[in-house]
Amino acid sequence: MITAPTGAPLLSLDGITHAFGRVLALDGASLQVRAGTVHALLGENGAGKTTLMRFVFGLLRADRGTIRLRGEPVVWRTPAEALTRGIGMVHQHFTLVPSMTVAENVALGGKGGFDPIHAANRVRDVAARAGLALDPDVRIQDLPVGAQQRCEIVKALARDVQLLILDEPTAILAPAESTELLRWLRTFADAGNAVVLITHKLRDALAVSDDITVLHRGRTVLTTHTRDTSESVIAAAMLGNAMLGKAMLGKAMLGGVTAVPEFTAAPQPGRNTEVVSGTPATGPVVLRAIRASVHDSDGILRLSDASIDVHAGEIVGIAAIEGAGQSALLRLLAGRVAPSSGTVDVPPQVGFVPEDRHRDALLLDAPLFENTALRGAGGRTGLMDWPSFRAQTDALLRRFDVRAPGSEATARTLSGGNQQKFVLGRELDASREAIVVENPSRGLDFVATNAVHTALRAARTAGMAVVVYSSDLDEVLALADRMYALHNGTLRPVAKDRDAVGQAMLRGESTMAAE
Amino acid sequence: MNAALVRHVAISVGRVILLLAIAITLLAMLLLVTGHDVVPALHALVRGAFGSWYAITSATVVRMVPLALAGLAVSVAFRAGILNIGAEGQLLVGAAAATALSAPLYGLPSWIGIPTMLIGGAMAGGAWAAIAGALRLRFGVLEVISTIMLNFIAEYLTGWLVRGPLQEPTRINPQSVTLPSALQLPVLLPGTRFHAGVLVAVVVAIGVWWWLRNTASGFRVRAVGASPTAAESAGGISVPRTMFGAFLISGVLAGLAGSVEYTGITFALYENFSPGYGYTAIAVALLARLHPLGVLATALLFGALEAGANAMQRDAGVPSVVVSVVEALLILLVVAADRWRDARSGAAVGAAVGTAVGASTGAAAEAGT
Repeated sequence: MITAPTGAPLLSLDGITHAFGRVLALDGASLQVRAGTVHALLGENGAGKTTLMRFVFGLLRADRGTIRLRGEPVVWRTPAEALTRGIGMVHQHFTLVPSMTVAENVALGGKGGFDPIHAANRVRDVAARAGLALDPDVRIQDLPVGAQQRCEIVKALARDVQLLILDEPTAILAPAESTELLRWLRTFADAGNAVVLITHKLRDALAVSDDITVLHRGRTVLTTHTRDTSESVIAAAMLGNAMLGKAMLGKAMLGGVTAVPEFTAAPQPGRNTEVVSGTPATGPVVLRAIRASVHDSDGILRLSDASIDVHAGEIVGIAAIEGAGQSALLRLLAGRVAPSSGTVDVPPQVGFVPEDRHRDALLLDAPLFENTALRGAGGRTGLMDWPSFRAQTDALLRRFDVRAPGSEATARTLSGGNQQKFVLGRELDASREAIVVENPSRGLDFVATNAVHTALRAARTAGMAVVVYSSDLDEVLALADRMYALHNGTLRPVAKDRDAVGQAMLRGESTMAAE
Repeated sequence: MNAALVRHVAISVGRVILLLAIAITLLAMLLLVTGHDVVPALHALVRGAFGSWYAITSATVVRMVPLALAGLAVSVAFRAGILNIGAEGQLLVGAAAATALSAPLYGLPSWIGIPTMLIGGAMAGGAWAAIAGALRLRFGVLEVISTIMLNFIAEYLTGWLVRGPLQEPTRINPQSVTLPSALQLPVLLPGTRFHAGVLVAVVVAIGVWWWLRNTASGFRVRAVGASPTAAESAGGISVPRTMFGAFLISGVLAGLAGSVEYTGITFALYENFSPGYGYTAIAVALLARLHPLGVLATALLFGALEAGANAMQRDAGVPSVVVSVVEALLILLVVAADRWRDARSGAAVGAAVGTAVGASTGAAAEAGT
């Protein structure tokens, strides 16, 4: 049964367009949220989900587009205005004062004087009515994240919010807590309110929502009732997969898809998975991890029991959504972190191009020849042979076509693309055996991206072992000879097939199914 | 290298002349506002600092030496991203150690005695800094806090020493015995106070500059200060080890400032041994933009201002604190100008310096009370 929402939706967004500088974050996105429903807003990293909701909550003003509340066009400039209209938001990074109590945090931003007893009673009252366990007198810093999140929700409910937006609320929760939260969201919506749940966890969305909207590259590519769709249709939409989308289209329309503009779009030039002509996995193993686990500095397990072989003369691609453990895996293979268990066998020198080149790869205010010298500086003794580093830098600039005035120029004066070519060149010079690159084309334009890709392919041809991770799945697919997918810290090999890779990186243990 | 040295010296000298002009202009304005006679006061100041051979060699240059050595200490630390506000304490501990070492050296030749005291004082300064370094690396105690606290401890420690173990035998004055002339740094220009410590300061400044510029360990210190994350990730540099090393060297230089002052000028340890040299050194280092050769020049500037301030108070009746106000204004001006320039070029170098200023002005205010 296909039922169009009757009457005006509680919240309606149309043609929302917004650019940050020259980057188009939202490109005519739309969203309709009905009262009494949980609405899941899905999409890959950077699809525009959070940006869209920041607009609803008054944190941003869109360049173009209209926003209607119960059919009336509205404009607001601040979260305070959104709150008075009954719209609340629980951010991914909490907005609580750690040294203050729950009651004080809830009272913050309210009008009139502050009476601690009244404030505590108000919290007890709101929490009890909402069915959330929360002690008003505890300091935020002494609460576990789950309770902090409940405090954020109570903070919104204390302002009589009827539309609650939650940004990736389950990302920080243990499975049992997630289940509890999702169940609570359901109850809240059933009482006639509405919830927008921003997530990239498919199963959470399917388990709890009534409606689903999928964003891809700033556009709404799918709007559907949850009961009328399936995991594979949503996954296809999230990946913006034209081929898979077409195949699914018939089924999806039967299932109640109301908008699929992107599905019929032509494949974008240059983004297609290229057919590999190389001969993968012929060389000896250069990078090897066997059942390796990595804990981060907070002792949290980021990578568990990962096994991987990377051979000379091949590019291995890693597909993962944000926070799946790729940072740990890449640093493990680059020899930058030691495993907490398992074994890792890598050459003493592995090139490494981190995603944040400004923070992790460059001394921005130092001249380029000092940035060249930075590589291996930890193990050097005696005097610095500056003339030799200058010559090395000049050669590097020529060989990798880095546009810079010379080796004396500071790294900061180079464009992002030239900085990246410089770092890549330096790291390729540092090791004849292996290089690990993380989001190699982040912030680069088309030409620079191509140059980086060419250099990586050349490294493979020269017999190096290359590992590539990118948050852009198409980029990984375009470069890789073989693929691994990383989900929740678990690494598995996967066929180099867009659908298979997408499913492997997006789908995981559902928090609802984990009961 | 020689060309580079000459270029740096030229830039430094130009900078100091500019700063001197600004300082005198500011001072003239201040004197005008406070109702003093501008011309006689400035005349007294200039005469006190540069008016005679004796003023230059025995007032200005003599004050420059501890400021330069302590300023180098601050520069090395700040270059590594360590906000060592503790040069004052390290200097005092260095002087105290040199004093303690002097007794057993009586009767030994100068060439053994003097270096022993200088090196002993330097090492004591390093050890004092190592306390703050270990607290930072082991327990995450911010060095800004711990070094200021250690300054107080060093101050009271000195006070206790000159009333106890190191007090002169008559037990009348709270100070140590006067150093025998064989253990004093030789005077280079007869009839003045121009002692060999001036050469020590110049040689050490050139040495620190050369070390930061040309050695692998000096480069590591600069890299860690410029970006600890890049130094660790791209350079494979152990950031804690490098920072600890820089902290030690910084302490050694400040300790040397103390032992040079003791063996070159005061010849005794007493309470208020340092008129806040360790704090003024922060200003000296910042005005030099942390450049070791620039430190020599700005130390000379501050030495001249302070020598002149004394003469101004004596001869024109203008309180010498007016010069302290000018010094503070100079720092604010230079840091503001650096930040403005950095903001325009999008650079972040000024950021660390700016943060340091917040800490050091607080400490300087403390020292001024």
